[in-house]
Amino acid sequence: MESFFNLTPQDTHAIWLSIKVACAATLIASPFGFAAAYLLVFSKLPAKPLIEGVINLPLVLPPVVVGYLLLLFFGQSGTLGPFLDRFDIRIIFTLSGAILASAVVGFPLMVRAIRIGMEGIDRNCLQAARTLGASWWDTLFTITLPLSGRAVLAGMTLMFARSLGEFGATIILAGNIPGVTQTIPLAIYEYTNTPGGDPMALNLCLVSIVLSFAVLLLSEAIGRSLKKR
Amino acid sequence: MDLEVNVEKQHGDFHFAAAFSLGERRCGIFGPSGSGKSTLMHILAGLLKPDRGTIRLAGQTLFDSAAGINNPPEKRRIGVVFQHSHLFPHINVQRNLLYGWQRTPPAERRISPEALIEVLGLRPLLKRGVNRLSGGERQRVALGRTVLACPKLILMDEPLTGLDEELKHQIIPYLKKVFQEFDIPLLFISHSLREMRLMTDEVLVFRQGALEGRMLTEELARSSMAAGGEGYANLLELGRPRAAGDLWAYTWGETELILTDPGENDENLFKLDARDIVLFKTHPQATSARNLLTCRVVSLFGVNNRVGVELLCGNKRLIAQIVPESVREMEIVEGCELIAVIKASSFRKLG
Repeated sequence: MESFFNLTPQDTHAIWLSIKVACAATLIASPFGFAAAYLLVFSKLPAKPLIEGVINLPLVLPPVVVGYLLLLFFGQSGTLGPFLDRFDIRIIFTLSGAILASAVVGFPLMVRAIRIGMEGIDRNCLQAARTLGASWWDTLFTITLPLSGRAVLAGMTLMFARSLGEFGATIILAGNIPGVTQTIPLAIYEYTNTPGGDPMALNLCLVSIVLSFAVLLLSEAIGRSLKKR
Repeated sequence: MDLEVNVEKQHGDFHFAAAFSLGERRCGIFGPSGSGKSTLMHILAGLLKPDRGTIRLAGQTLFDSAAGINNPPEKRRIGVVFQHSHLFPHINVQRNLLYGWQRTPPAERRISPEALIEVLGLRPLLKRGVNRLSGGERQRVALGRTVLACPKLILMDEPLTGLDEELKHQIIPYLKKVFQEFDIPLLFISHSLREMRLMTDEVLVFRQGALEGRMLTEELARSSMAAGGEGYANLLELGRPRAAGDLWAYTWGETELILTDPGENDENLFKLDARDIVLFKTHPQATSARNLLTCRVVSLFGVNNRVGVELLCGNKRLIAQIVPESVREMEIVEGCELIAVIKASSFRKLG
């Protein structure tokens, strides 16, 4: 890949870091995304509109604002920062920060996709499962989850793609440290600020396009095989 | 089945209240839509929580608001066959059938999947996806799925509504066979009198969320005659016929009936409108009708200008509907002998 795209070792590192961040953010957010969608679709909580608003907030806020709020929250003088510090966990300017920023920004997209699929599930099917002797958890894993499989996949794809492109929140929370938190978009940003860096920026753009396209194709393929069952 | 229910539920501005206990094995919940039939079904199955009351089944308390008992649906062992089959779309017929069976403790698996699949004729469908089934097949699979969970009671919520007439009568023999063979108590919910008569012995009649009455299914059918509309229909189950010239002869108790329709099955269901039976005091000299049955009047009932005459022909019963004037003129009283004359084409095949 290095010779084909003419990449520097730092570029390669940024690519791997991007993939790592996107994978981790997607995997960590998925259970929460599923739970949030379930809550919004099936629960009868009176506070539902409020929960929905909070979940969707990162979608309408500028990512920079999200990043800044996270920085305030997890920073040294923030609400959670000192607490995490006691366990030697640092979020600011670390890989964890980049993952957290991506997960938060992509979360509403993921919930939205899963929710749309979940709304298509026949509630009576879930009731039927209960009367056939399946407990709530059993029903969740054998009926609800398989029936929302395609929606979960769509949500994960959106999340992954969004994470690959995450810039605003990441640069505020995790900074732009080569080898530590510098993902593809951040590397591109740095090249465009460097005289004569345009060809290098273009190279990374190409990689970005190839990567995103591959994710789309893969998701389509998995979606098709899920549909066949 | 030994079911004791005493519940109340306020649902928006709909108030539901019912108190009854059932012993019959095949019982019906009858009433027009909006009478609370489905509410009762959901409450019994544990899918809807009543505001207060108790539910007991076979000595076990399923719900008791005072004692704070509310068993979840999976702990009640009450099976439900819904109006629309609600099969699980992501698994095939076989896995749908076994879903409840696998979740039944081995000690309580009274019914073998093999036997049930045979009775319901599902063997050719086992590997099929549920989206490639016809409406009748879907309902058969749904029934099988519920029966295989070996429940203590099966609730059927309008299981035949939405199927066309022909399909309905194709399914009913399967239903009857299953409940006969596997001996499961049944609570059958429907607004169709004919389905009630075919599936149940006793009915609870609901109206506007309240239990209005309780009677034998046959009584309910007779009372419908007074209400006008369709009138009373005699339902006859006849075996395989033999050819009798252009017509078909069926054995019916000690006598024989001549019909125009051939029956292809071992058991054929025919409907005979009570108004299509003509009564004669003496044997008519010559008639175009093919069936002349000597019978005895068992009872007379009815209201307004309709009278139902219950006839005993050999060991079989028929209801004929006539007008009060005929009763007076012919001096029909309990115990007198009459000739019932029925045209061969008056028997309508169901299914």
